[in-house]
Amino acid sequence: MYDFNHHRPGSVAEAASALAGASDGKLLAGGMTLIATLKQRLASPSDLIDLGAIAELKGIKEDGGALVIGAMTTHATVANDATVKAKIPALAALAEGIGDAQVRNCGTIGGSIANNDPAADYPAAVVGLGATVHTDKRQIAADDFFTGMFETALDEGEIITAVSFPIPEKAGYAKFANPASRYAIVGVMAASGPAGTRVAVTGAGPSVFRIGDAEAALGSGFSADAVSGVTVGADGLNADMHASADYRAHLVSVMLRRAVESAS
Amino acid sequence: MTDTGIGASVKRKEDFRFLTGEGRYTDDINRPGQLHAYFVRSPHAHAAVKSVNKADAEAAEGVVAVFTGADMAADNVGSLPCGWVVNDRHGEPHKAPPHFPLVRDKVRYVGDHVAVVIAKTYAAARQAAELVEVDYDELPAVAETGKARDGSAALLHEEAPGNLCYDWVLGDEAEADAAFAKAHHVTRVDLVNNRLIPNAMEPRAAIGEYDMGTDSYTLYSTSQNPHLLKLILCAFVLGLNENKLRVIAPDVGGGFGSKIFCYAEETVCTWAAKKVKAPVKWTAERTESFTSDAHGRDHITHAELAMDENGKFLGMKVDTTANMGAYLSSFSTSVPTYLYATLLAGQYTTPVIFANVKAVFTNTAPVDAYRGAGRPEATYVVERLVEVAAREMGLDPAEIRRRNFIQPDQFPYQTPVALQYDIGDYGASLDKALEMIDYDGFAGRRSASEAKGMLRGIGFSAYIEACGIAPSAVVGSLGAGVGLWESAQVRFNATGSVSVFTGAHSHGQGHETTFSQLVSDTLGVPIENVEIVHGDTGSIPMGMGTYGSRSLAVGGSAISRACDKIIEKSRKIAAHLMEASVDDVEFENGTFRVAGTDKEKSIAEVAFTAYVPHNYPEGVEPGLDETAFYDPLNFTYPSGVHICEVEIDPSTGVTEIVDWVAVDDFGKIINPMVVEGQVHGGIAQGVGQALLENCVYDGDSGQLLTGSYMDYCMPRADDLPSFRVGMTETPCTHNPLGVKGCGEAGAIAAPAATINAITNALGILSMDMPASPEKVWRLANQQKMAAE
Amino acid sequence: MPTVSMTVNGQAVTGEVEGRTLLVQFLREQLSLTGTHVGCDTSQCGACVVHVDGESVKSCSMLALQADGAEVTTIEGLASNGSLHPMQEAFREHHGLQCGFCTPGMVMSAVDLLKKNPNPDEGEIREWLEGNICRCTGYHNIVKAIQSAAASMRG
Repeated sequence: MYDFNHHRPGSVAEAASALAGASDGKLLAGGMTLIATLKQRLASPSDLIDLGAIAELKGIKEDGGALVIGAMTTHATVANDATVKAKIPALAALAEGIGDAQVRNCGTIGGSIANNDPAADYPAAVVGLGATVHTDKRQIAADDFFTGMFETALDEGEIITAVSFPIPEKAGYAKFANPASRYAIVGVMAASGPAGTRVAVTGAGPSVFRIGDAEAALGSGFSADAVSGVTVGADGLNADMHASADYRAHLVSVMLRRAVESAS
Repeated sequence: MTDTGIGASVKRKEDFRFLTGEGRYTDDINRPGQLHAYFVRSPHAHAAVKSVNKADAEAAEGVVAVFTGADMAADNVGSLPCGWVVNDRHGEPHKAPPHFPLVRDKVRYVGDHVAVVIAKTYAAARQAAELVEVDYDELPAVAETGKARDGSAALLHEEAPGNLCYDWVLGDEAEADAAFAKAHHVTRVDLVNNRLIPNAMEPRAAIGEYDMGTDSYTLYSTSQNPHLLKLILCAFVLGLNENKLRVIAPDVGGGFGSKIFCYAEETVCTWAAKKVKAPVKWTAERTESFTSDAHGRDHITHAELAMDENGKFLGMKVDTTANMGAYLSSFSTSVPTYLYATLLAGQYTTPVIFANVKAVFTNTAPVDAYRGAGRPEATYVVERLVEVAAREMGLDPAEIRRRNFIQPDQFPYQTPVALQYDIGDYGASLDKALEMIDYDGFAGRRSASEAKGMLRGIGFSAYIEACGIAPSAVVGSLGAGVGLWESAQVRFNATGSVSVFTGAHSHGQGHETTFSQLVSDTLGVPIENVEIVHGDTGSIPMGMGTYGSRSLAVGGSAISRACDKIIEKSRKIAAHLMEASVDDVEFENGTFRVAGTDKEKSIAEVAFTAYVPHNYPEGVEPGLDETAFYDPLNFTYPSGVHICEVEIDPSTGVTEIVDWVAVDDFGKIINPMVVEGQVHGGIAQGVGQALLENCVYDGDSGQLLTGSYMDYCMPRADDLPSFRVGMTETPCTHNPLGVKGCGEAGAIAAPAATINAITNALGILSMDMPASPEKVWRLANQQKMAAE
Repeated sequence: MPTVSMTVNGQAVTGEVEGRTLLVQFLREQLSLTGTHVGCDTSQCGACVVHVDGESVKSCSMLALQADGAEVTTIEGLASNGSLHPMQEAFREHHGLQCGFCTPGMVMSAVDLLKKNPNPDEGEIREWLEGNICRCTGYHNIVKAIQSAAASMRG
């Protein structure tokens, strides 16, 4: 790892000013991707702004029909939170399936979506549940947030503060994990509620995407049978040694069905 | 049997330190003034090294030295040797191109060693390594086993035209052809034995140290066989007298074969310690383990089995291409020959076998022994052939095996592929396995799975292995460069405790416990008074180390012999103390008695007398410290039957192992708990090969695509079931303990059992490992896909 | 250089570190607590698992400075007054270790599991261990050990 200056601000405002003051600063959330990247010497920031001590970024609250989850809330916290389990069990289940127990104890929702790994789980939740991403500067709708592989709508120096998930009537998540890395080869979130009927797929493409056909089918009746004929084309899907584009396309249909079946 | 003696599941003595964080692995050791090494490795699979400019790196902060192959050449450091000469079909020795610890003119695989940076901290060494400028002239590469001998393939070594290391045969081809001419049916299979990366959890590490005062070296290394490492380094590489190098292999975190070999990194650390006048430490990052540990397997095979109308085997022909990688690792040549083709008889009476093995060089990491080493590959060939034969002949897979088993009254049994099996009862293991798995109930279980939309399959593997690696004269005649005996020194201390020095090395096997049981049982000394010392050439007689499931069969036998010597000497001392004739003195449970009297002396009293010989027999030396070297009379032949049951989800291709029965015959068993643990671990590695693990190099660029746990799929707890383990027992006839060895059995048996189960579930004859979900999904749906 | 302070196995410790110093490096190199191992560089093997403020984490993927002010427990801090923790005892009793290299992380991870789920079934144990790779045991006896520890810790 190249060395860097470490900052541990106590507030979002301090973090923003530390970031602004650094020549090539990076925000450190849970570190589950960033530290591995630094260890491989694939990045050499001048400064790391560690968000771990900022209390205002942590926690889960219910607010006006939505669950607002602080950006530095860990996957384990989301997975085990009584409110999340009661209001959006699919979100708790998704969080429970990220990485492994130790990754869940450190990794955070803000870090995950800011990184926008094409195989991460959270983008499927954010888009599938029609969430809103709150930053220190503005609010970004889910559909506008993920702009491409490892790319988001965040501006330079912008800090995610929370994600607010409208509480759905029904939602389910199903994931087919890469047997080696345990990231999603395909993950599908299917939901209906105040944000409409939404189906979002992670892992399969360069970035999370929605399936209009599935949403239309579910819109007229939220059941597994409704989506039984829904397929996606393999064109443009990811392919690697673990799964071809064809296979991913097939798995999207299977996981879609399972997501709907598991929805509650 | 006492509760700590032979046959008892004694809890392990070594566990306390491992469980409390007090284990002492090589990377836990830090020497005063030590420097840190980082290797500059080739990013290319094949390239000429035109120049190395190290000036910037040498000038970097904290850097003490930067060395290249030229520096080692100037010191006459030799090539890392391959210690087993395989003579080809024309009697010519294998092609042995040089393998320098740091390359001299060319790099031949991604990860090959170009230079070493030695600095005050690891971070400084690593940082400076980026400043070493290497001017490469990239060359075309060949990474695939099957393409190495193509006329157009890149040539790795001038010494090996056509990238051929050897073209070797075993058996009589004409006889085999004659047997096939008479066949009622011939079964043919094409198999790939997928390349694996051993992945012991402790990465390799080394600390080289030089003592100017005595002009001698010490090497701490993650080695399975410190004595062999010392021998190779001194005699072949560094040109040292053997009394000038001490090798210490402290706690070692798993080996599975990958830590047998003499590697570039430990060689460089040892050599460099004198150059920089300070200890030099290197610990592999996992990425380096992936690129530069010796890999395993990597065969392509075509095999044929000739049968009569009853499914009786008449002959077998096997044609294998084995990948050696870019250079020959320490014992690589023996693995696809003497540890492979000699096992092709399996448990069967196949009268004629002909095998042809071509070993090839490719632009990949060296390939050498990995758990099972040749025997998993052989078992995979035999048990896939037999399974396919059963399906083609319409025979029950258990029945076809039973019809061809060597029968108990046929031992000793001379196979057509050089080995003579001493004992076994293969039917007994099959019967027990069938009962444990409830074979009769399989049809019902399959129906139940089908009702859930799942496919269920059952697969057998009746394996044999040759362990102990074995009489020195035999392996010598086959080309081995070393003897393969083992040593033991059993020392009674004056106050009654016992120190045992063994040339075997424990890196998970639990020798400190099992060997203590053996000594405690034999000498009648409480187990807590027995200490097993291993892994230090400075204190232990020359030994051969641990691999090939040999530690107990060979090393344990040496301990047994040394204990016998202790007892015989003690008997003389006891006779003197009890004023009796030596012939009248009996020994049992640690006590000498004069037959028919109440006179007795404990062995502890005798030991004390041996060191305080005030009242002592004439002509007997003081002290009670005996050494034995044991050279076995034959290999040992563990065998068994594993049965695997799988359930496949055809909609995703995910295979779940729903049951696993292992019935093994390891002969006598010292510690059943430890033996079962070895079986479990072996099965996990075999299942890993069959379902998950695959080392992949890009065919064109030779880049390693599975260079981390993100892509190389290690078996996790949720990939595996609990295993059901049973035992049968035919004691080995030729070693004093009747033991055979158990460390590799699971890895040998499991791949064939798993693939046989999956192909059974899918209703197909063949598929290649690993049975990844996508592959299984495609096979499960191929008819449907073909129709579309 | 920045200073980091934390409580490790009940002892207050302070040290100078670089920004990039990992928690595992601080433990192993500065505190000589070499029971915590490093088995990979992609945070998957779990040989480095320790507890930070009561939660199991991979100390190879956390900066020492991230643990500033935290309570850290390593494998060396698990046994008390010379007697093994019930999890350590169970691993010994059920032969849940062979080479011992993954063991510290495995034990620390398992202790965290039972804190969250005192009565896990076999499937839950196997899933929890996703972040801990063992090459020796095939996990069979590790699972048995954790089940046994759970039973004994429930009393």
